[in-house]
Amino acid sequence: MSDSLELKYTVDPNDFTRAGEASKRVKKTLKTMGMPPEIIRRVSIAIYEGEINMVIHANGGEITVTVSDEDILMVLADQGPGIPDVEKAMQAGYSTAAESVRNLGFGAGMGLPNMKKYTDELSIETEKDVGTTVTMRVML
Amino acid sequence: MSDMYEHAVQLNRDKCVGCTNCIKRCPTGAIRVREGKARINHDLCVDCGECVRICEHHAKVPVYDPIERMDEFVYKVALPAPSLYGQFNNLDDSNILLTALHKMGFDSVFEVGSAAELVSAMSRKYLDDHPEQFPLISTACPSIVKLIRIRFPSLIDHLLPIQPPVEIAAEMARRKAVKETGLSPEQIGIFFISPCPAKVSACRSPIGVKKTEVDATLAIKDVYVRLLSVMDDAAEDPMDLAVAGRIGVGWGISGGEAAGLINDRYLAADGIENCIKVLNDLEDQKFSHLQFVELDACAGGCVGGVLTVENPYIAKAKMSVLKKYLPVAGMHTDIPDFGRWTEEVEFEPVFTLGSNFKEKIQKMAQVEELTKKFPGIDCGSCGAPSCRALAEDIARGEAKETDCIHILWKNLHTIMGMMTEMDKMAFAPGIAGREEEGSK
Repeated sequence: MSDSLELKYTVDPNDFTRAGEASKRVKKTLKTMGMPPEIIRRVSIAIYEGEINMVIHANGGEITVTVSDEDILMVLADQGPGIPDVEKAMQAGYSTAAESVRNLGFGAGMGLPNMKKYTDELSIETEKDVGTTVTMRVML
Repeated sequence: MSDMYEHAVQLNRDKCVGCTNCIKRCPTGAIRVREGKARINHDLCVDCGECVRICEHHAKVPVYDPIERMDEFVYKVALPAPSLYGQFNNLDDSNILLTALHKMGFDSVFEVGSAAELVSAMSRKYLDDHPEQFPLISTACPSIVKLIRIRFPSLIDHLLPIQPPVEIAAEMARRKAVKETGLSPEQIGIFFISPCPAKVSACRSPIGVKKTEVDATLAIKDVYVRLLSVMDDAAEDPMDLAVAGRIGVGWGISGGEAAGLINDRYLAADGIENCIKVLNDLEDQKFSHLQFVELDACAGGCVGGVLTVENPYIAKAKMSVLKKYLPVAGMHTDIPDFGRWTEEVEFEPVFTLGSNFKEKIQKMAQVEELTKKFPGIDCGSCGAPSCRALAEDIARGEAKETDCIHILWKNLHTIMGMMTEMDKMAFAPGIAGREEEGSK
């Protein structure tokens, strides 16, 4: 049997009330594995922010979480419009979310900055009209 | 299985029919049906009483002390919980209720609500002094404290380290009784009249402190019956006993404790599932400006406890009538020099699967694999609340795949298919076996 555990989740588009399901399930699994609370907190916040982004901007997507004895790797892949200016998107408070989304309390421009804050590594691959893949790593 | 603390819900095996109602309802997944009977894993049970509520066969029995325990003591003090005040019709003066407690045999009454007002004062001070612990989480509901202890380790540091009102009331009541009667402390019986079994087990094995001052915990429903017969009598000439004001009595209702803090940066949730949602969100730091969180495992607050008589929402309405005539607060003594937690509360990792990392990875992978294999309809026929729970039980070595009737049925189907095939082969000409024997 392999020394890592792979978990896959699909993020459904256009439903804010369901965003957070993947992070909840990852959290539950990590708790069952007895991971340190601080690690669980960081991972679930990072995934939750990513899920919200996928719902707001990208019509959903796929999340793959790989747990090994060294780190937790999170790959969030979507086939959305891509991020036009990654540098700007990384700035706290910058958001391209629609007014309707902001009215719901989302789109505060803290998504990517928080994902960076709570992980040890974050990289973004994005292409216009093809999609975005955000890769994050939390070291154990 | 080790017992972390004494538990307040037991199973009556004769009444249990092995249905799936309780396993489905348990918020911590602590119950399994094995060999046709429910089995409570006491490491996981938080004493919330949900299984007591749902079991229509009355096989889940809340544990509390019989009223007869009053005979063991020379001097008996009643500690009525605020929720008791909401059980009676047209009660507009708490003195009537407190007088009735005297008439049913208690020598003295100490309102838990009056101690609650001191806890409110202590909490206000603690909040002022410890903003670094915001949001502080109420520790008055023992089920919530137990839940956090086993499932939300990152929130343990937010627990308000103050004893619940009943403990402070018990300590004060005993001191007062010793002073007034000259009896020794052992001759004095402190009787808590409780709305729920969680408080029963919390009194028997408290969290955050070494020992309890409560000698016995009676159920509101038992005391209620006795009180009813003396209420009219008490109403004719009530003694002047009431101390607790609106703040203290309000503790019996969800939001009451928070109201006593006179601080609007709070959240109050009731009902165990709602509380779990709030705790999950707190863990993810979804609230940034809260200073206090009140969580009550029972819907409606303590008035919703399983040892009460009245519908919690009606009890709440009745208490609003009573509260109208009460002063804001009645307990104006100094904050006592006791009542803080003295013992460290530690995380109890009861859900953990596997001991070392490699084993955890393997077991978790097994759980994922099995979960995919099961039908995902969470029928409960295996005795576990969900397919995933069965998968975890198997990974722990406590169940087997064929406990799933769908897997069992599939296996049987395969075996029957094989037997049919074998039968065909056995009768086919030229094959050794029955054919040869038959030809002799």
